[in-house]
Formats: sequence, C-alpha cells, structure tokens
Amino acid sequence: MKRLLSGNEAVARGAWEAGVYFASSYPGTPATEILENLISYKEVYAEWAPNEKVALESAIGASLAGKRAIASMKHVGLNVAADPFMTLSYTGVNAGLVIAVADDPGLYSSQNEQDTRHYVRAARIPCLEPSDSQEALDYTKMGYHLSEEFDTPVLIRLTTRISHTKTAVTVGNREEKSKVVQIDVKKWVMLPAFARERHPMVIERIKRLSQLAEELEINSVEINEKRVGFITSGVVYQYVKEAFPEASVLKLGMVYPLPFELIRRFVEKHEIVYVVEELDPFLETEIKAKGIKVKGKEVFPETGEFNPDIVKKAIEKDYKPKTISFPDIPERPPTLCPGCPHRGVFVALRKAKITALGDIGCYTLGAIPPLSSLHSCICMGAGVSMEHGATVSGMKAVALIGDSTFFHSGIAPLMNIAYNRSPSTVIILDNRTTAMTGKQPHPGTGKTAKGEKAKAIMPEELAKVIGIERVKVVDPYNVEEFIKILQEETENPEPSLIISRRACTLISERTDKIWEVKEDLCIGCKRCLSVGCIALSFRNEKAYIEPLLCFGCGICAFECPVDAIKEVKT
Amino acid sequence: MKIDIIICGVGGQGVLLASEVLGRLAISCGLDVKKSEIHGMAQRGGSVFSHVRMAEKVYSPVIPLGTADYMLAFEELEALRYAQYLKPDAKVLINKQRVNPLTVLSGEAKYPEDPVAMMRRHFSVWHIPALDVAKAIGNPRALNMVMLGALSTFLPWSEETWLSAIEMSIPSRFLEINKKAFLEGRALIS
Repeated sequence: MKRLLSGNEAVARGAWEAGVYFASSYPGTPATEILENLISYKEVYAEWAPNEKVALESAIGASLAGKRAIASMKHVGLNVAADPFMTLSYTGVNAGLVIAVADDPGLYSSQNEQDTRHYVRAARIPCLEPSDSQEALDYTKMGYHLSEEFDTPVLIRLTTRISHTKTAVTVGNREEKSKVVQIDVKKWVMLPAFARERHPMVIERIKRLSQLAEELEINSVEINEKRVGFITSGVVYQYVKEAFPEASVLKLGMVYPLPFELIRRFVEKHEIVYVVEELDPFLETEIKAKGIKVKGKEVFPETGEFNPDIVKKAIEKDYKPKTISFPDIPERPPTLCPGCPHRGVFVALRKAKITALGDIGCYTLGAIPPLSSLHSCICMGAGVSMEHGATVSGMKAVALIGDSTFFHSGIAPLMNIAYNRSPSTVIILDNRTTAMTGKQPHPGTGKTAKGEKAKAIMPEELAKVIGIERVKVVDPYNVEEFIKILQEETENPEPSLIISRRACTLISERTDKIWEVKEDLCIGCKRCLSVGCIALSFRNEKAYIEPLLCFGCGICAFECPVDAIKEVKT
Repeated sequence: MKIDIIICGVGGQGVLLASEVLGRLAISCGLDVKKSEIHGMAQRGGSVFSHVRMAEKVYSPVIPLGTADYMLAFEELEALRYAQYLKPDAKVLINKQRVNPLTVLSGEAKYPEDPVAMMRRHFSVWHIPALDVAKAIGNPRALNMVMLGALSTFLPWSEETWLSAIEMSIPSRFLEINKKAFLEGRALIS
C-alpha cells in the first residue's frame, strides 16, 4: 500500500533510499521535519548543527570522505550557508550531495519570502522542484545521481505547501552507496590559482546540464488546448491543473538550468503562453532573456502564496467563486503559552521602559500587543549586533536572543561586544530548547538529535571565557528581581549578560500552584490582562483565571496594583 | 467521486490527527489523497486548519474557494473563519465549544453571539457535543475522534474501514479510548 508522506518526510525517505549516510540541519519552519525524519533511520548519522553554515560545511566534509550527504534548511538558512554554497559550486563533490531548501511563500513562519532560485543561478547549481511528495522522494534520489554524474551539489527546492502537504507515495529500498576518497588539491583547495581553473568548469558544467534538461523526463509536456499554454513548476503546477484541467502545460521538474529549446517549441505551439510561478519572476526572466515571448507577472502576483483561485482569477478576469464569508470576526493570532518564561522578561522590560532589540523565535511574539516590548527583529543573531551598534551610537537598549539562536549566531556578536568593550546588555532567553520549531535539542541542552548525552555548553561559562565579566542568571518568574538587574546592568558601562533561565512550558511540568483572582479585592482595572495570557479573561467587571490553563507563573499577580491575585496550592 | 473536507480549530484540539486518519482512510480505499496544513508560528494557540482532498486524482492540495463538501469545526468561531471554502449545500459539523482568542479575552473584540446560527443560515449544520462526549468517556482530547465518528455517517465507508484507519494513525496505548470516542460520535448522528 502507498504511504501518506509529507514533502519533508519524502525528501528524508528519498535520501535514505539513495544511501545517504550523513545528514545535518538547523531547525526552521518549513524544513524542520526533513532532519527530524532522518533521525529515525538507523543507517543515517543525523545531527542538529548550531547553524546552517555548519550543517552544509559538515555535509561537504562527508561528501569529501566518500559518503552521500544531505543538508536541509529553510530559505533564510541558505543565507547563513551562502558562503560555503557559492564556493562548493567550484569544488564540486565526491559522494553525492543534496541541499534541501524550503521557501515560505506567504510567510507562514518566516521574516521574509525570498526566492531561493536566485541562489542557484548565482552559484550555477542545478535545482529540482517537486510538485508533490512522490516527486520529493524521486527528485531527491535523482539529485544524488546528478550530483555524482556532474560533480555538483544539487539543490531540491521545496515550498511550505509541498513540505507540509501529505500525499500518497510509493516507497523503495535503500541502496548503499559510497565513493573512494581521493583528494585532488586542485579541486578541493580554492586558492585563487586553483579556483581560477575551476570557474570555467562551473560554466561548462551548467551548459552540459542545460543540454541534459532538454531530454530530462521530469521536464514534461502535456499538449491539450492549442490556444493557451502554461509553463510552471512545483506546487503551482497543481494549481494550474486544478484551475485549467484541459490546458496545455510544460511542467519543469528542473528549474535551473532551463531547457530553452523545449520551452521554445512549447511556446511556438500556442497562441499565448503564461509562466506561472510563486514569488519572483525567475523562470519568466530567464525565458524572456532568450527572446521567447511569454506572459507572467503582468497578470500574476509577485508576493504571497498562490492557490487555484488566484491562478484562475489572473487569467479569467471576471472569475468570482460563489462563497459565503464572514468579515470582521476576531483574529486568533498566535500567543505566548500560559507560563511561558519569556513573558516575565517582557513585563520587566515594559516596566523598566527599555528598548529591546530582538531576534527570531517564539519571543518575537513579544512585539505584538498587549506585551509590545520587543522593538526589532531582522534575522538570527541580529538583535545582539544591532544592540551593540545602537548602544555605541548612544541609544539605551538591550539585546534579546533565545538560547538556540544564541548558539546559532549570537556568539560572534557577543564576542564583538566584549572585544570592543561596548556598554551593551544582552539577555539570553534560555528556555533549554528550540521551542518555536518543536523542542529540538541544541548545544546547550546536553542532548544530541539522536537522543544521546552530550556536553551541555552553558552560555554563562562561554561568556566569561570570551571576556564578558558581568554575567547574571535570573529566574524570569521573579519579575521584580529581573527589573532590578535590568536597571543595574543597563546603567553599568561594562558589557553585561543576563541569562533568563527557566525551561519552556512544553518541556516542563506545571508548577505545584496556580493563581486565583479574589473577586472582592479585584477593582476591574484590567492591568493583569496586559500580560497577554490566555488563562486570563474579564467577566462581570472582574478578572478571572481559568484554573485548567494557569501554569502557575504568577506574572499577572506582579501587574495587579491591589494584590488581588493570590497563590493557591494544587 | 470527490470529497473535499475542511477541518479547523484551535492549536491543541487535534485537527492534524483527525486529518491524518482521513488521509490513511483514503489511501486504504485506493483513492488519491492530499492533506495540507500549516505548522510553525501558527500553532502557538493560533487558528489551525487542514484541507483534506480525496478523489480518483487530486491536483491542488488547497481546496478552491466555495467547493468544499464538508467542514469539521472543532471550535465555533473557527467555523466562520473558513466558511469561504464551503460549497452552498455543504454539510457542516461544529463541536459545541468556544475558545476565546486573546483579543476577546482582553475585551478588544467581541466573540460573535451565535456562530452556529450564522452558519445555519447558509449551510446544513450539525451542532455536536463532541467535547462533552469525550469528557464523559474520560479523555477530552478525544473530541477529534468524536467529530470523525459523526462525519463517518455521511461517507460511504464501513465502520471497520474507519476503525482500521484509526488503528494506523494512533499509538496503541491511546487506541481504545479513541475508537470508543469515534463510535460514540458515530452514534450521535445515526
């Protein structure tokens, strides 16, 4: 019987079937489950790396050592790994190397919706784009074949909808594969003299790949209607087929390099051909640059995720599906969980009126009302570097960064603060896990991806070694203490680090107490509601705490001006 | 045959597990199936939805607007949010449960007075005490299986087919209570 697999599960399965030995990744939605699934295959060495650059470089090492390897990441992860990625194109591989990258059109869980296809063109690395889970499995396997045949890394581009849609898949068996280790320094040592010789090889390789693309089965043509044709790839192919089942379609399984002769012949057979792609006009620009007449972003949006209705509406201007909708119903935005240790830090920051330059994680939600106490978020690690720049430039601010994010890219900027002696204060929100993406372990947790015991790297020890002398560890449930330390450290001109330490509620037991509003004392001022906790509500002019939801943190009690919120033992 | 189902609710109500059972059911019946949902940021107490599509051949993992045949809403307000996917004569099963979003808890927004009545004006609606039934049999988390049980009475497959799809989707230690919840839900309609 077929299996029901998500795109991510299918990539993992494909890598396993292709005989992959080495897998490395850093968690990031929508790519996380690729590595999470590889962990369960006993033949695969699978690890969480501190960041995507480390993951990719480690995978290159495995390939050099003759083992098939995979590095997986979300789209912005490839920015972090861009440095090795660009030169890896020059060195090529030994054993097959696939990089699986998941884009996030519609920004379901990301800070931007950049289009990974620009990277493959910049690096001249071939890119395959599956349109369902079966293809995710098949293309991953094919990626290893191409990688070894053409001595190139291969990128599998996914999008959120492919990564997180489950479809029926026929699976196969594992084939063990490895390569003899031979280190040719002219291939692996990218000195200018050697790299200069490799660059023409890169150009020649992509030419050979584009010849191959003309014949490749995964670039397939369905000729039906003669008037209108569509050129598309990935999940958008499914939307086109849904919207126009009778249309002619050229489906590109390989989106870089492109089969221009195949495209030209397809276009010549139709009166009008649309290029349908989410995000940037990547295929369209490439095709138009060859003088082939197509339409694309003249009618299709350049932002957001597509669906069958958007595709249909772009072509048939008067298309309007009959729907019932209810405007103005309350939004249900994501919120910090009851008992979330981050909440105490935000309440303290708000009380102390301190600007917080933030980072990527659950705590980015601290920017949203009612907490409203996080003031920037650009990328992993940026909060710490930005705070340094801002503080040196005369602004009073603190940096906020999660523990996993700190190990990802917070250490170098903290070193910069120590080295350049800036009057910075950095807060590490140490909740002992990578919470946002689903509780993955990291270098601070003392556990590996496979669940084995590891060295737990403590940020306070690390900070002292790199030259931060003022280090305090605080329990964020103790808001008063937190405010006091915040004030001390932001007044002090020495670089300082505050570690807010308490485990994420997803990995810890409820405390043995809950809190309760004494109705006779409550004055109905709603101050407690400003902590943004779903256990709290307002009914009959009084605050109320739902005992089933209360985790026992007592942060709402800190906000109460009349001490009406009391502790109750459970 | 084509069956498109929207399942919606709030993080933690078991939307994704319910859609998993439907997916396996479709495969065991030899149908093509796609089930699509969004993880990540959306799960921190946010609105959760899943599109389940089954047919001889399924293309888009997203159901086109105005075409879904069924809705399983685990929370009343969430039924309104995803109503735009439903076809005019869609069958809608709504769990009797309200979970206030933060904006309502803080008094900024108002929870609609009667979402079920609003849905009834446009669709055939069954208001199902799934949470109460699940609580009564000892596990409120099994409300998703009560809802599936209710849905099963509208679909062509036998009780055994459903139960074996549940067996494939749920760890054995939780199996008995979930099967019981499913059967209780089934009894609510028939």
